[in-house]
Amino acid sequence: MFRTAAIYRSTQRQFSISSTTRSDAIFVHRDTPENNPSIPFEFDEKSMQEAKKIVAKYPPQYKKAAMIPLLHLAQKQNGWTSLSVMNYVAKFIEVPPMRVYEVATFYTMFNRNPVGKYFLQVCTTTPCQLCGSSKIVEAIENHLGIKVGETTSDKLFTLVEVECAGACINAPVISVNDDYFEDLTPEATVKLLDDLKAGKPVKRGPVSGRNNCEPLGQQTTLTTPPTGPGFMIRSDL
Amino acid sequence: MMLKAAAHRAAMLGRGAAHVSARGLRSSAQARKEIEMFIDGKAVQIEEGSAIIQAAEKAGVTIPRFCYHERLGVAGNCRMCLVEIEKSPKMAASCAMPVGPGMRVLTDTPKIKQAREGVMEFLLANHPLDCPVCDQGGECDLQDQSMRYGGDRGRFGESKRAVEDKDIGPLVRTTMTRCIHCTRCVRFINEVAGTGELGTTGRGNDMQIGTYVARPLTSELSGNIVDLCPVGALTSKPYAFSARPWELKNTESIDVMDALGSNIRVDSRGEEVLRVVPRTNDAINEEWISDKARFANDGLKRQRLTTPLVRVGDAFEAATWADALALVAERLRGARPEHVHAVAGALADAEALVALKDLINAVGSENLAVDAAGCGAPAAGVDVRANYTFNATVAGVEAADAVLLIGTNPRHEAPVLNARLRKPFLAGTAQYALVGEAADLTYDYAHVGTTAAAIDALAEGRHAFAATLRAAKRPLVIVGSAVGELSNGADVMAAVARLAASVPALVGDAWNGLSVLQHAAGRTAALDIGFVPNARSTGAEAAEFVYLLGADGDGAAQPGAIPAGAFVVYQGHHGDAGAHLADVILPGSAYTEKTATYVNTEGRAQLTRRAVNAPGAARDDWKIVRALSEAAGLTLPYDDVGALRARMADVCPTLVHVDECEATSAAVAALGLTQMLAGGRGKAEGPLARAVGDYYMTDAISRASRTMARASASAAKARSSGLIPELEAPAQQAAA
Repeated sequence: MFRTAAIYRSTQRQFSISSTTRSDAIFVHRDTPENNPSIPFEFDEKSMQEAKKIVAKYPPQYKKAAMIPLLHLAQKQNGWTSLSVMNYVAKFIEVPPMRVYEVATFYTMFNRNPVGKYFLQVCTTTPCQLCGSSKIVEAIENHLGIKVGETTSDKLFTLVEVECAGACINAPVISVNDDYFEDLTPEATVKLLDDLKAGKPVKRGPVSGRNNCEPLGQQTTLTTPPTGPGFMIRSDL
Repeated sequence: MMLKAAAHRAAMLGRGAAHVSARGLRSSAQARKEIEMFIDGKAVQIEEGSAIIQAAEKAGVTIPRFCYHERLGVAGNCRMCLVEIEKSPKMAASCAMPVGPGMRVLTDTPKIKQAREGVMEFLLANHPLDCPVCDQGGECDLQDQSMRYGGDRGRFGESKRAVEDKDIGPLVRTTMTRCIHCTRCVRFINEVAGTGELGTTGRGNDMQIGTYVARPLTSELSGNIVDLCPVGALTSKPYAFSARPWELKNTESIDVMDALGSNIRVDSRGEEVLRVVPRTNDAINEEWISDKARFANDGLKRQRLTTPLVRVGDAFEAATWADALALVAERLRGARPEHVHAVAGALADAEALVALKDLINAVGSENLAVDAAGCGAPAAGVDVRANYTFNATVAGVEAADAVLLIGTNPRHEAPVLNARLRKPFLAGTAQYALVGEAADLTYDYAHVGTTAAAIDALAEGRHAFAATLRAAKRPLVIVGSAVGELSNGADVMAAVARLAASVPALVGDAWNGLSVLQHAAGRTAALDIGFVPNARSTGAEAAEFVYLLGADGDGAAQPGAIPAGAFVVYQGHHGDAGAHLADVILPGSAYTEKTATYVNTEGRAQLTRRAVNAPGAARDDWKIVRALSEAAGLTLPYDDVGALRARMADVCPTLVHVDECEATSAAVAALGLTQMLAGGRGKAEGPLARAVGDYYMTDAISRASRTMARASASAAKARSSGLIPELEAPAQQAAA
């Protein structure tokens, strides 16, 4: 009985029954004209000041603890985390470069490939998806003519999907570089992209008219004055 | 306090403190109390702080594991070593779980069996079933343990993950799809080898082991990751697809590629040495060997001398042993005895050396020398053994708390020793300084100076490190063998003696830290036996007959070392530099083809064992000398190796005390220092050359090896490419 089942199963098995899921990034470096170790990178004066402040937070023998903040700082200056950026940070905190490569490849927020001037990160986790983030992605893709993970030919926009951006109450949300744009609709998203492209000033935060995460209409909870002492306590106490 | 110590350390460092942050959090070993615990009901006494897996080993219970290795840090990521602990709701990884008093551990319950089957199933989910084409097959932990502990079926129906293979140089072949992410290789390269090139990139299903950028490994110990890899992800590139382990004959032997005498196992099939792997010997090499020891074996097949050759005009003609020996004997007897010379090469074994010394002495000559530049004797003399041996012992370096390297690059002269020298650095228990050529040694050091003048600066306390050295309880001064071979070697050694006098704890009965690091495997034995010129020796300028016993180095091949009119006999196994000079070539045996004694740099005699036969008409080296003595009418009084060893015991008893390392007493060592001091004629100055130029090509065997040639080219390319930064010129600390 047992044996028959095993045989049955093995004959039914196909060579491959599902496609492999793979992340969109590769985890080895390949030299390209825009990303190779001979491209110079150094902290500018402002970053250097900041970097010294960061390193000063740690005892000298644990300087390597400053790796992630320094990588963020360097990414901010360079726009993305190139190989030269990683090598520079390794030298800065005196560790073998491989230690920095390990960290930079582990965290998805280090962009190891060049990104556009506006780095669009669309949240597609459950709450945003329930509120229509799929439509937002679709709107961006159609408007810019790129797919998730791609950069426009004018190097202005790069579109990626991210996991929860932590702004579920204002879903759907995209973050453009460091700024959040919330309560989006496909139309508002397209307008935002046009404004960015035209270089017009844009207002970050909810586009729905809310200031923050308060209800859109009037307040729905805590509408009465706070209760006083003795509330809900048995009268005989 | 900690900050202050670190700042002090940073101030001590001459060069950029590139290795500081590689230093772990471990402190020095503490004496821990023993506790009692129970493995499967068996009581075990074990040190507090040990892991359960160690206790199980002590109790004789085998726990399967992939990532755990007793000489590496604990990773705890394979989960194969799960055990049940009584009163604990969940199973624990026994490699990462410290023992507790009275702890009751169960390793053989249905729950454990199920857990092991589960872990094996997960490990095999992404592992290709390519055992028939995998070089690890037959000696694969994954294969063995899946047979022993795995289930008989899997439930993984999806496609397996594929990972691209990495090119990490000419020595290690990678098939990264087979990797199970135990990270043993990463831990070895970072902790033991100290070059920090391997790591893990990506995460989750995308995680892979590699170097991220395409680059070769630069460690001289990189081959050890082949042994460490529990699966077939890292295999030996030169050995690829050449044999299955069960086809090989294993012969336990000794490595001669450096003077450490690492214990090896020679794996051969038929007449071919297919690979060399390490044997564990905690006193010498733990369980590592250098890449040259491991991969130079293909040199044993090339450039071999297989038949006696006699020079006729500009060419060599094959001769019979009888003819060749008769010719050599005739010329030996024809030469004036005081102008007969013999030079001991780097790979000469003690048996042949004793026989050759007896023969040359029987002829009436005292002209014996080792194969080194100049006079062919170390400047410090050989009257006291402590003047040319590694007195601190290889295992002893771990106890040192201040290390001074003089004219040596241990990373190239003895890579396995260098890995041991790194241990106190990682533990934070030793300070380091270097006099001589700066190099990346995988630990930080204060660079005192490049010339010998810096030794006197230390002796006179004009450098900050002098105070460290004097305050140390176990100071260690390692002098490279190249120092004694300098033209002004005696002056430099006198400076070393002055330095030794200024460091009170350096030479004593319990600890003798003044150590000479030899780089040639045959050198210590040659000096023990007396291959040094003495008062009755004559200069080589007027030599009429020169016997080169495998001498391919500076003592023989240097222009002018041998006068043009001399009759030269070369006895050796490779047609290398020395053979080109010869009038007669007598083919000898390489270290894998003879059972012979080698004395390592500590002065420890060890035996190689014959794994394969010597090719063609080649013979054991001592037998050739013995046969020659008979042809010359000076028959040496030993007919078998037993009689020869008895003679060796007469010449130098330590040669037959196999595996023993005899310390020199403090009084005798002090006498040696007096001699060393008296040898100096002038001021110690001038650059200190290093003994080893190209690590991968140092002797006749490694120079004949294609693998070593590839490794050498790869290392040169890595240095010249921008990927691997050149060593920055160290900022020298001026003498205060």
